[in-house]
Amino acid sequence: MTRQAAATDLGRLADRALFIRLETLRLARIAGAGHYSSTFSAAELLAALYYHQLRIDPARPDWPDRDRFVLSKGHAAIGLYPVLADLGYFDPALLDGYTRLGSPFGDHPDMRKITGIDFSSGSLGHGLSVGVGMALGGRVQGRDFRVYVMVGDGELAEGQIWEAIMAASHFRLGSLVCIVDRNQLCIDGPTEQVMAVEPLDQRFAAFGWRVTRIDGHDLGAILAAFDDLAPPGRGAPQVIVADTIKGKGVRRMELDLNWHVGNLGPDDYEAVRAELMEGSHR
Amino acid sequence: MSESATPPPAAPSTRTAAASPAGPASPAGPASPAAPATPALTPTEGAESGQDQSEVFRGVSESAGPAGGPEAAAGPGAAAGSSTVGRGTVKGIATRSVPAFVAGDELADLADADLRIVVMTADLASANRLADFAARHPGRFFDLGIAEKNMITAAAGLASTGLIPFVGTFASFAALLGFEQIRTDCAYPGMPVRILAHHSGMSLGYYGTSHHALEDLAAMRAVADLTVACAADGNQLRAMLRASLAVPGAVYLRLGRGRDPEVYPSVPADFAFGRSVRLREGADATIIATGSQVHPALAAADLLAAEDCRVRVVDMHTIKPLDANAVLAAASETGCVVTVEEHSVIGGLGSAVAEVLVDHRVAVPFRRHGIADEYVLIGPPAALYAHYRLDPVGIAAVVKEARAELG
Repeated sequence: MTRQAAATDLGRLADRALFIRLETLRLARIAGAGHYSSTFSAAELLAALYYHQLRIDPARPDWPDRDRFVLSKGHAAIGLYPVLADLGYFDPALLDGYTRLGSPFGDHPDMRKITGIDFSSGSLGHGLSVGVGMALGGRVQGRDFRVYVMVGDGELAEGQIWEAIMAASHFRLGSLVCIVDRNQLCIDGPTEQVMAVEPLDQRFAAFGWRVTRIDGHDLGAILAAFDDLAPPGRGAPQVIVADTIKGKGVRRMELDLNWHVGNLGPDDYEAVRAELMEGSHR
Repeated sequence: MSESATPPPAAPSTRTAAASPAGPASPAGPASPAAPATPALTPTEGAESGQDQSEVFRGVSESAGPAGGPEAAAGPGAAAGSSTVGRGTVKGIATRSVPAFVAGDELADLADADLRIVVMTADLASANRLADFAARHPGRFFDLGIAEKNMITAAAGLASTGLIPFVGTFASFAALLGFEQIRTDCAYPGMPVRILAHHSGMSLGYYGTSHHALEDLAAMRAVADLTVACAADGNQLRAMLRASLAVPGAVYLRLGRGRDPEVYPSVPADFAFGRSVRLREGADATIIATGSQVHPALAAADLLAAEDCRVRVVDMHTIKPLDANAVLAAASETGCVVTVEEHSVIGGLGSAVAEVLVDHRVAVPFRRHGIADEYVLIGPPAALYAHYRLDPVGIAAVVKEARAELG
């Protein structure tokens, strides 16, 4: 890719990250509340995955060789639904009924109701085990897809995660890529005060993982980390620890505990929207 | 209706001793898997005395010892042979000691033709004989170690790629430790995971409550989109495994301790989930039993027949979906219903049958026979079955108590 093409790609991804944030605002308004800040921290990561990295074909959502994506931090689904709609997995108009009675779209994603969701999630700590199973399934069937699992930093306190981390290296699941949205906060406070997760690099490495640590809002760094992934196959599982800011893009939300779940009034809605639009041009 | 789980007033120690002529369990018991394994009893001896639980961890203890362990000198009833399984580090136990644990063998046969089948366990491949599968299909067998939650969820992930995982571990750890993983990761997304929950009920005897599963049916029955069934013996288990391949969602199969005596002389060809089996005809009462209690229920019917009481015996192998028609037919045609299960009287087979009767405004003499709302005593399995009246004599007594209401 030429430098100019790369810059164009980064600009396109930044635009999609803005789209994710704006759609999160819109859907949260429909629902009356939403997980804004957990989604804002993951916006660049989601954009880079779905608009650049994943080997997927929205026209064939059941393609057996597609890459899988498991959103273990299922509460960020409000930012994933618009991406799937945008890519053509379903009619974007369906999102207008987000969380309404009988809607396929709830706060956490349901694979039986939503085309393009590779696995249902919501109970934290489960997603990496799902990814372990998917990677084993690929091995059994001789397929070369990758499995990407996005986990939050807070959910690393769940014991099952470490069972999965142990199993992934035991089975040498080189096709498994864990992305940690290290946005620093869980509900009751900073992770390091509530239940410390650091040093994450050393902990994953000690469990036999190949570790890359990046700025999770730097799209160039995200793509570089993707480019640096070892080919899928038998080998160390790989983790990208993405240092992010919970609430990124909206000053009042950044690293503010009050915005894990929140609701913007009409005036605030427009102000936040304007701030996001403005920030994207900075 | 009333519960019949509480044993007659008698000192537990007396009853335990009376039920177990061989005396109390060795205090060494199962506490130390590394202890030298005692020779395995034959299934008949083990089932009758109930003293021997050594089959459970035998494979593990042998793997820790030198090659050519106790099974090398096969005495009467000892291991008929051993096989090296998995990665060659765990020696198998004698299949003779757990004849009802046919899942590894059956699944290996099925997997020859069905490439979707994979098998997982959590450090119990020897105890549950899934090692038999590992030996024949090593590339489709995964031992997840002592990490049941990860295993069940990973099975769901495997299933999402088009495979059919069979997952074996103790019922206590599958259903109770792994409840949320079964509900949220298997049943809710509709993943075709098959849970092989073995050593259910109190069949782990003096291992105690941590290893008992007397609440699993209550828990599993409440989960939507989950088929729940109990195997009475190895032949029925084979039929269940075959039938399970056509079930679209998740399945919970409840197994005994692998020594369950034979109920079905061959693999029942007409097995279907949700369709109970009338094993014995009779017009004076009906025993509806499931899993490990089917065999003693038949023996109880024999005892009652000697007293000229003809009892229908229904094998209600599938707890969900329940064969409601068989329940209603039992009530209307025999006028007295006794459910028998190795489970708490809360939430299992008895509750399911009671719901059918009440929903249809059927009032007949009725007993839910099982374990009361309490933790059971320490004791070897056969002694526990006798103490809690889950043996033929006890079941027959409960039927007579229920029939007494008929006047």
